[in-house]
Amino acid sequence: MSDRRIVMQGVGLSKRFGHVVAMEHADFELASGEIMAVVGDNGAGKSTLIRVLSGASVPDEGKVLLDGEEVHFRSPLEARLAGIETVYQELAVATEMDVAQNLFLGRELRKPGWAGHWFRQLDKVQMRAQAAEHMRALGIRIQSVRQKVETLSGGQRQAVAVARASAWGRKVVILDEPTAALGVRETRQVLDLILSVRDHGLAVVLICHNMPDVFEIADRIHIHRLGRRATVVDPKIVKPNQVVAIMTGALDAASVPSALFAPVPA
Amino acid sequence: MISSPKSGPDLSGGGDAPRAESWRQAVTNAVAQPVTGPLLALVVIMAVFSLTTTTFLNVGNLSLIFQQSVVIGTLALGQTLVILVAGIDLACAAIMVLATVVIGSVAMQGNVALAFGLGALACLAVAALNGIAVTRFRLPPFIATLGMLTIVTAGARLYTNSRSYPISSDWLMLMGSGPSYGLITFSYGSMLWIALTLALSYALTQTAWGTHVYAVGNSPGAARLNGIYVNRVIFSVYTLAGLFYFLAAWQALGRTPIADPSGYQAANLDSITAVVIGGSSLFGGRGGVAGTFIGTLIVTVLKNGLTQAGIDSLYQQIGTGILVILAVGWDQYFRSGRQS
Repeated sequence: MSDRRIVMQGVGLSKRFGHVVAMEHADFELASGEIMAVVGDNGAGKSTLIRVLSGASVPDEGKVLLDGEEVHFRSPLEARLAGIETVYQELAVATEMDVAQNLFLGRELRKPGWAGHWFRQLDKVQMRAQAAEHMRALGIRIQSVRQKVETLSGGQRQAVAVARASAWGRKVVILDEPTAALGVRETRQVLDLILSVRDHGLAVVLICHNMPDVFEIADRIHIHRLGRRATVVDPKIVKPNQVVAIMTGALDAASVPSALFAPVPA
Repeated sequence: MISSPKSGPDLSGGGDAPRAESWRQAVTNAVAQPVTGPLLALVVIMAVFSLTTTTFLNVGNLSLIFQQSVVIGTLALGQTLVILVAGIDLACAAIMVLATVVIGSVAMQGNVALAFGLGALACLAVAALNGIAVTRFRLPPFIATLGMLTIVTAGARLYTNSRSYPISSDWLMLMGSGPSYGLITFSYGSMLWIALTLALSYALTQTAWGTHVYAVGNSPGAARLNGIYVNRVIFSVYTLAGLFYFLAAWQALGRTPIADPSGYQAANLDSITAVVIGGSSLFGGRGGVAGTFIGTLIVTVLKNGLTQAGIDSLYQQIGTGILVILAVGWDQYFRSGRQS
């Protein structure tokens, strides 16, 4: 795994809100084709880190590198155009619209020729076909891509949101607690879907509170503590109770082997 | 798009429905179709009036009902757009009346084209102001347009000194004329109404803009996260609604060639009634112009039929009110039924 290419890197990221320091000199790295879980106690600054990586916040200090090039996202849209898709915890899908419409929302295809050019007509047939193909490729089974999202279960809705992100994300997919509201069986399905997304070659950032889930699918674990990265560990070497101990400060991060790939540039 | 097939998680949630259930599913789907309810209501109401009065069911009266529907119907098209993005426009008919008096007063000076242009400008400007109030100043649509209703109504009276202007230009009265066959008249106004319904239906169902209108009404948060400029869509909706109000003004001058600043006061609510009865949800994101077309006919049929039956107009208003409450109740029932 150590020969993996670094896709995304955060160096010395800081973010303050008035007197509150949400993030201080935090680093981050993400290699191609891996699932990097981000864990941390409440208030550790995970969300701030994710907001910066997804373009929702602009850091006060530090830089974000994408494929080695420095990037300056001022909005989620800019991050998206650079190939980074984010699935937020809520509001990710429009429930009154069908699966195909959701997959193409904001990126609708127009018909070729005069109908699309002069009359702006959508190519619904093409969008449905591509949506069905994409859902099939990810192994998401739903009755029809013309089903309204409101008729789907929570797990299926989340699957649609993840499918959407993986369809458009060219480099990175960021998932913010995708299993938080789901039952056991649905969580299982969404975890399998995340593995499937990774196996299609995308790098995945997974924010997750559930330690068993993290250890089940993560390739590496980024532990966030007090506004910065404590360490990155390999779940095959480090135990869950050690990760929790590092999160809470009971254990020194230096006492477990680091799974970092790249030296942090100065 | 990822394209290599691969096995993965099963999210079908129970597999295919058994065959015996399919007819029930079909019935459920048909009932859940937003146009089914309004269409049934229209048929039932027409049947009742046909049986209880002798004058309702004849070609001349049905043609008249259609002519009576045109102005409300076109206003309701604009109203549908606004309601689809979870807004409401209480001032729509007032804006239309403003256009009629602007047209009427300027046309008195002799320049019909200028009158027409200024009328359109007035409509679009006021409607765009509504859009700015709702997007930039984040006012609740109810309050913004309620304020606009008062301002525009009073403004039109001040502008005209509460007098009305007779219309004499053939061009301005065009919408009231059209080919006639016996008792049936195909006015240009009604043709315009149908054409606008079809055009708006196309825009809403076949273009990306239409998809975004539904998405913004359904879930502004999801729309924003998916890169849709929510405020831009809402502003476009309010402004485009203004264009419909202007065309309604043209139709109104065709039906009654007088620009009266105190006319069409009931049309504000009638247009909302038509949209709601037509199955569009006041919560946004659900409904469409086909339902509004039928909803408009229901409103007009009810007024016409109750008049034919010799029932006081106050009872007519009670009837319309009950219908609105039933329509919203129907919407709520289906909404909560799906969420539980």
